[in-house]
Amino acid sequence: MSNTANFPLLTLIMFTPLVGAVLLLFVNKNSTNAIRWIANGFAGLGFLVSLPLWFWLDMTTPDWQFVERHEWIPSIGAEYLIGVDGFSSLLILLATLMGSIAILSSWTAITTRVKEYYIFLLVLQTGMIGAFVSLDFLLFFLFWEVMLVPMYFLIGIWGSANRLYSAIKFFLFTLVGSVVMLLGILAVYFYHHEVTGIYSFDITRFHELNMPFELQWWVFLAFFLGFAVKVPMFPFHTWLPDAHTDAPTAGSVILAAVLLKMGTYGFIRFSLPILPEATRAAVPWVATLCIIGIVYGALVAMAQRDWKRLVAYSSVSHMGMVMLGMFALNAVGITGSIVQQINHGISTGGLFLLVGVVYERRHTREISEYGGLSKVMPAYAAIFLVMTMSSIGLPALNGFIGEILILQGIFVVNKIWAGFAATGIVLGAAYMLWLYQRTMFGTIDNPKNENLPDLNLREWATFIPLLILAVWIGLYPKPFIDRLDSSVVRVMTRVNSADVPLNAGAASGAVDEEATSPAVSSDLLAFEGDTGDGAELPVRGGAR
Amino acid sequence: MPAGFSALDFYFILPEILLTCGALVLLMLSVIVPKQDGVLLGVALTTIAVTLLAVCSFAGLDETISRGLLAIDGFATFFKVVVLLSAAITVLMSAPYLRVEGLKAGEYYFLILCATVGMMFMSSGLELITLFIGLETMAMSFYVLAGYLKPNPRSNEAAVKYFLLGAFSLGILLYGMSLLYGATGTTRLAGIAEALAGQETSAVLVLAVIMVGAGMGFKIAAVPFHMWAPDVYEGAPTPVTAFLSVGSKAASFAMLLRIFVEGLPALGDEWRTMFWVLAAITMTVGNIAALTQSNLKRMLAYSSIAHAGYLLIGVVVGTERGVAAMLVYLGVYLFMQLGAFAIVTAMRRSDIIGDELKDLNGLFKRSPAVGFAMLCFMLSLGGIPPTAGFMGKMWLFGAAIDAGQIWLVVIAVVNSAISAYYYLRVVVFMWINEDEPAGSPITLGPAMAVALGIAVLGTLALGVYPQALFSEAQSAAATLDGISSAVSPR
Repeated sequence: MSNTANFPLLTLIMFTPLVGAVLLLFVNKNSTNAIRWIANGFAGLGFLVSLPLWFWLDMTTPDWQFVERHEWIPSIGAEYLIGVDGFSSLLILLATLMGSIAILSSWTAITTRVKEYYIFLLVLQTGMIGAFVSLDFLLFFLFWEVMLVPMYFLIGIWGSANRLYSAIKFFLFTLVGSVVMLLGILAVYFYHHEVTGIYSFDITRFHELNMPFELQWWVFLAFFLGFAVKVPMFPFHTWLPDAHTDAPTAGSVILAAVLLKMGTYGFIRFSLPILPEATRAAVPWVATLCIIGIVYGALVAMAQRDWKRLVAYSSVSHMGMVMLGMFALNAVGITGSIVQQINHGISTGGLFLLVGVVYERRHTREISEYGGLSKVMPAYAAIFLVMTMSSIGLPALNGFIGEILILQGIFVVNKIWAGFAATGIVLGAAYMLWLYQRTMFGTIDNPKNENLPDLNLREWATFIPLLILAVWIGLYPKPFIDRLDSSVVRVMTRVNSADVPLNAGAASGAVDEEATSPAVSSDLLAFEGDTGDGAELPVRGGAR
Repeated sequence: MPAGFSALDFYFILPEILLTCGALVLLMLSVIVPKQDGVLLGVALTTIAVTLLAVCSFAGLDETISRGLLAIDGFATFFKVVVLLSAAITVLMSAPYLRVEGLKAGEYYFLILCATVGMMFMSSGLELITLFIGLETMAMSFYVLAGYLKPNPRSNEAAVKYFLLGAFSLGILLYGMSLLYGATGTTRLAGIAEALAGQETSAVLVLAVIMVGAGMGFKIAAVPFHMWAPDVYEGAPTPVTAFLSVGSKAASFAMLLRIFVEGLPALGDEWRTMFWVLAAITMTVGNIAALTQSNLKRMLAYSSIAHAGYLLIGVVVGTERGVAAMLVYLGVYLFMQLGAFAIVTAMRRSDIIGDELKDLNGLFKRSPAVGFAMLCFMLSLGGIPPTAGFMGKMWLFGAAIDAGQIWLVVIAVVNSAISAYYYLRVVVFMWINEDEPAGSPITLGPAMAVALGIAVLGTLALGVYPQALFSEAQSAAATLDGISSAVSPR
């Protein structure tokens, strides 16, 4: 636990957007351009100050980095304890980048109540970063819930037709999940006190707890409800299509790119390492839910007539994939799951931005209203193509790396699951390409589409970082995968800590000698070496 | 034990004496300078401030005075601070309201201070008759205050209803107390606890527990003794409603804890079961009824019933942690509930009553500060961070989990989610609906601005940094006699 930066870097990253929000309070609400400049300035600044996380992160140490620790509520042992590892640093970078892109994309889209809009976006930004840096469970929970309020307003005030319904649905679903999760947190907290005599919410302490299985199981269920709603996993996903469809573009982008990652982050950071035995026991049914989510999400996406709703359901399918990779409970699967979280943020965030661009021009999301757009908006069509390919996992783009790692991870555990996951990928290609065909190709049969202007400079600026990242991760994912090493090792050593064999049902589908061995850690050896794209897999912490 | 009261006894009830003298001065002033609202307000506030100082000067003491009738301990001090603060905020928000309604300020403040004296005795009494007299002093003042809007039929209805049902419930309470006296031969809580220790539970004792519980349940508006609350809350002058739902509730909880935790530990299983059921139905009924209200004041009345249900969780737990969690919750409830009622009061202008939900339309646009304040209170009442309500609820749920009361806490969690719906509805009216309602613009006078400022500050500061409240509540709970610090077996 150290802070090599020697100054409160994480606090700076976390509170830069909030400073912007506070500053905006003092700006006259009618000087909208000044408001936009300030908001964009602070969002951009927020991204810049987060860049040291990329360059200064020490990949050789398994320790938490940039740690800050201060007293907060000593009478219950809660602390202001923040720090990152490779995993959370990537998610923070994703949050600051997507946050500033979302804010930039709103320049002309939002014309009413501009001041409040940007204040909510900036507050949301602080909440997201706060949740990713918190190493104190209570602090994490605080930020986790703080995010609800600005998101509620973003959907409720600036959303489309059914916005009130969608906003309250989003709020209540997440609230129920998270309050139940709070009960789980408190149960761990009191158990920790019972064992050690110390009151603390410090998750690094929780990572060393060995709770009895029954308690682990109940806490796992409580955490599961909180995180699964957020991911969202089938059958807790029903808020997502509504929220996405009715949210303004920036809201959808942040929701898809960052907020959903809160759920998967929660699983990897809290559920898996704090509750390893319950996690192993839960593998079969979590995997079942994931597979249902993957296939069901894809099939429903195929049936959508609303462009945004289609992308929303594709999220359900993709996040199912992310969860399935994670619950393979081996290093490859978890690495793939994390990489795919970043990829999903880039590609789905990009897709929502793209819908936003045409929505701003036409004010409709009906797929049938469009067609032949590639003729009038060639640049738009090109970017859409890249994002589509990234989303369906075409080699040389980012989606491929994540999907192949996840599939490898699942394959050793259960080949049938891998088969279902592959089906999801095929279906994903089907609905995305069909969408592309219906909107971009063909003749322009709707006269309203004849004079649509192509991307302007500001819109280009929102897409360029995403294109660069998609290609970069697709061609050279090593810098991303390398920094996940210590995070994955931490989770793996915990998940494999006890001597209980991996759930028999989970292992039965595999025939490899390694895969049927009792502990998952030995599975890792099966993945030494090349993955086919030159990326080195993080197996350093394995059983070698 | 000395045969009479010593000078020391009078020294220790100095705060109560000061408050009573201040109240009497107010009564005289209201004859001499009936129109000088500012003077009367100043005297009322000064009295409360001086009393608060005197109370705080006893902080840290743990004395039993007046031949065992009163306790000067952390628990009493905590509750006295809570009721005095709520009296101060009530007085502040009453000033503009009295002017709009054209009510006499002097007698009004006198009654508020009288009620406060009663509440202070309720939090420090160690003997049934003393507690009962404190309760009566408070209740009498509220009977008059509820009907203070003389020409308003709803206010009259409120007063009559409150008086009749109040008298009835006090009868039940007194009957329960007399059964306890009959069974143990003493009215002192310590004596009752001693006499009951190791004794078999008899039907008389169970009946006594039920009757005292019912009487107290009426005061805290627990279901099924809540029938009076919505009508009285809606009909009474809004600041009185605020004081009724915060000060009266806090003092009644203090009395309830004193009687059951200090006096009846031997019957712990019986009253825990009773309060378990009361807690569960109170929060559920309160929240579900609040869902359908279109009148803001009435909605807040039902929400206040639900909050009594949450607070009862602390009684069910009954350990030091449980009581501390209750005290924390009362500490935050003070700010958020009074704040919400202060907004309803501010909505009352010369040409509009302003207590319907639709009167809030576009409030944020019309008056951003008021809109923001109400947002804070609603989020806090719903238990959403970073507001104080979250910290209170978190700790209450924590105490219940620690004591193994999982089902109760699950019921509370479900309720918490239900309540978020109707609190957010208020937010929708204020922030999302934009059509302008009728009525003149909202202007906050200085007194109201101070009241709202204190409430917002308390709600936010305790949400972000609750350390002071947590540690005060913990040490206050520890001073309650007969409380177990140990966790009951899982």
